[in-house]
Amino acid sequence: MSGMSGTFVGMPAFPKAAHDAVRNQTLRANLRHATHTIRDKRARAVAELDDWAGLREAGRQIKDHALRHLDRYLIQLEEAVQAAGGTVHWAADADEANRIVTRLVRETGESEVVKVKSMATQEIGLNEHLEARGIHAYETDLAELIVQLGGDRPSHILVPAIHRNRGEIRDIFVKEMARWGRPAPDGLPDTPAELAEAARLHLREKFLRAKVGISGANFMVAETGTLVVVESEGNGRMCLTLPETLISVVGIEKIVPTWRDLEVFLQTLPRSSTAERMNPYTSMWTGTTDTDGPHTFHLVLLDNGRTDTLADEVGRQALRCIRCSACLNVCPVYERTGGHAYGSVYPGPIGAILSPQLRGTTSEIDASVPYASSLCGACYEVCPVAIDIPEVLVHLRERVAEGGPATRRGTKVRLKPAKGHAAERAAMRASRWLFTHPAALATGQRLAARTRRFHPRTIPGPGKAWTATRDLPTVPAEPFRDWWQRTNGGKDADK
Amino acid sequence: MTRVALFLTCVNDTLYPDTGRAVVKLLTRLGVDIDFPTTQTCCGQPHYNTGYRHEAEPLARHYSGVFGPGIASGEYDAIITPSGSCAAMVRELYPRMGERARGEGRGDRLAATLAPVIPKTYELTEFLVDVLGVTDVGAYYPHTVTYHPTCHGLRSLGLGDRPTRLLGAVKGLELVELPGAQECCGFGGTFAVKNSDVSSAMGTDKVRNAASTGAEVLCAADNSCLMHIGGTMARLRMGMRPVHIAQILASTEEEPLS
Repeated sequence: MSGMSGTFVGMPAFPKAAHDAVRNQTLRANLRHATHTIRDKRARAVAELDDWAGLREAGRQIKDHALRHLDRYLIQLEEAVQAAGGTVHWAADADEANRIVTRLVRETGESEVVKVKSMATQEIGLNEHLEARGIHAYETDLAELIVQLGGDRPSHILVPAIHRNRGEIRDIFVKEMARWGRPAPDGLPDTPAELAEAARLHLREKFLRAKVGISGANFMVAETGTLVVVESEGNGRMCLTLPETLISVVGIEKIVPTWRDLEVFLQTLPRSSTAERMNPYTSMWTGTTDTDGPHTFHLVLLDNGRTDTLADEVGRQALRCIRCSACLNVCPVYERTGGHAYGSVYPGPIGAILSPQLRGTTSEIDASVPYASSLCGACYEVCPVAIDIPEVLVHLRERVAEGGPATRRGTKVRLKPAKGHAAERAAMRASRWLFTHPAALATGQRLAARTRRFHPRTIPGPGKAWTATRDLPTVPAEPFRDWWQRTNGGKDADK
Repeated sequence: MTRVALFLTCVNDTLYPDTGRAVVKLLTRLGVDIDFPTTQTCCGQPHYNTGYRHEAEPLARHYSGVFGPGIASGEYDAIITPSGSCAAMVRELYPRMGERARGEGRGDRLAATLAPVIPKTYELTEFLVDVLGVTDVGAYYPHTVTYHPTCHGLRSLGLGDRPTRLLGAVKGLELVELPGAQECCGFGGTFAVKNSDVSSAMGTDKVRNAASTGAEVLCAADNSCLMHIGGTMARLRMGMRPVHIAQILASTEEEPLS
């Protein structure tokens, strides 16, 4: 298993995974309904603020500043967390982070933990790592619970069970809850309130028993050492406050310099993600206190490809991401394939620029996701920190197709062009030659025009990908340039 | 008198000469003197967007070589292109190519070569509304039309309501709103073949939305998208026509669109 989560190893390239996904009518209907609902709500929530453009620009600048001075702010954060009674650990990659967390849990003598919804722990495959070492990790976010009980994988950053409808969720609860703890009530209907109540009763048992909580964080404030978790259910608050020991695994890019910087993100994040004006449960903690909450706090700072990403001039903007998911909800490709096709815990447009940077472009799936976009630009338009996702997608396509400079584990390397692009590379070179030789282009156009009656309606090879579902345009009798020359720019009569 | 150079684009030159003839007819009617430099080829967009920036660079230099001298000498007031995505390539991505070359230690040469043509390149509807200041171009087109704002026109160039204002002023034309208009049609250049399943699914949804309007014609300002949309319509036997906006705006009572 390489650096990141083992959950997705062996994923086929995106087009192959997408081929199956677009034919799954239930999945298509679930995704269409969910993404359009959130998309429209977000648009209304954002339109309410007349300073949205200013907030977006402020968010971009705060993140860029924090990333530029990451070395300084991380040290400041470490000092502040330690001064407040916490312990800070540094993890270069997924394996190191997993080993640290395992050791910390073992030191408590416990064999089960409750988890706050966290992308970082999914990225490193923490649950699987702990399970293999006899430690049971219970997801407590409702959607993560659905995914975990269903033996499934998350398909969305914010709503990991977006691919499931309520009938499927009821079936999962009825079938699986008993194996994990309190069973689902008899005759459970598929109404949202009843499903939520079943999950509530199931989870309450876990909250009251657990001695160790594991979380990520949405933000870390360097000046105060404060961590922030933004969630909607209150289940995160339970995990953050009830256990005796709290372990937070957080990507190093989650840092903001000052408390005041939160002012911007606590406006843009809820409106972009759940379309709420204010987030329902915002938990903030600074180290430990004697009288309340966990008395032991560990912060595991996770790199796992982030400093390599930071070294790339174009790609580093991906580290501004605050995991709101607005880009997923608006993406026409994501809407039709769902998240699983992206082969990463980070799906959709942001995943297509994060995974190939954090993990590299050596696997088939990571080399294919930069192409999983029509470059329509809807993601960039909604991004609350103005990540120009199409720009980074094209940049990563270049890295795959042409190779070039990159940074891997702190060392500058020169990547070779990926295999499987030789024919395309030759075609691009040939067309570049043609397009820099206008006379040759004109000859080619004339040839195509003269032979047009012999052009087939369907074509083999890569062209089949077009003609399987679309007719080809008819080549005209005469290209424009010939008409222009023959008629003196239309001034002479057409003959 | 305003004199412009037409950058028709490689796709239109080869496959859609009627669009080029419509631009010539329309601009001539509006009193614009139009030239077509015959050494023009391709802006390099397919290469750039597929990840072949270094193959796109010679094409950008070629574009600048074809149109730059006429801009510098004052022979041309502007370069007009009937393609939102090719206009966006020049205006948005040529500056980026220059910056990247600089970042790779290759100096300012590419940026300096491309600089003159970048601000002078206009998409057709932009030129009509912003530069000529017209919305009623004296066109006649007695059909029901729905308009698809292509992604680069909408989000890169910010064409806004310019195309629909132009269409709204066409005599006899009934404009009906396209549901989900802002969603991509699924073309995306090489995306259409690299991810053909998703591309086709997007295209099918687009033409179904178009069909739901009851319009006879789906209009857009980019023939690449129309090639994908029209190809999908033809395959699904939709009985709806894809028509470039230039052809509608060029159509008059005396000389209707054939």
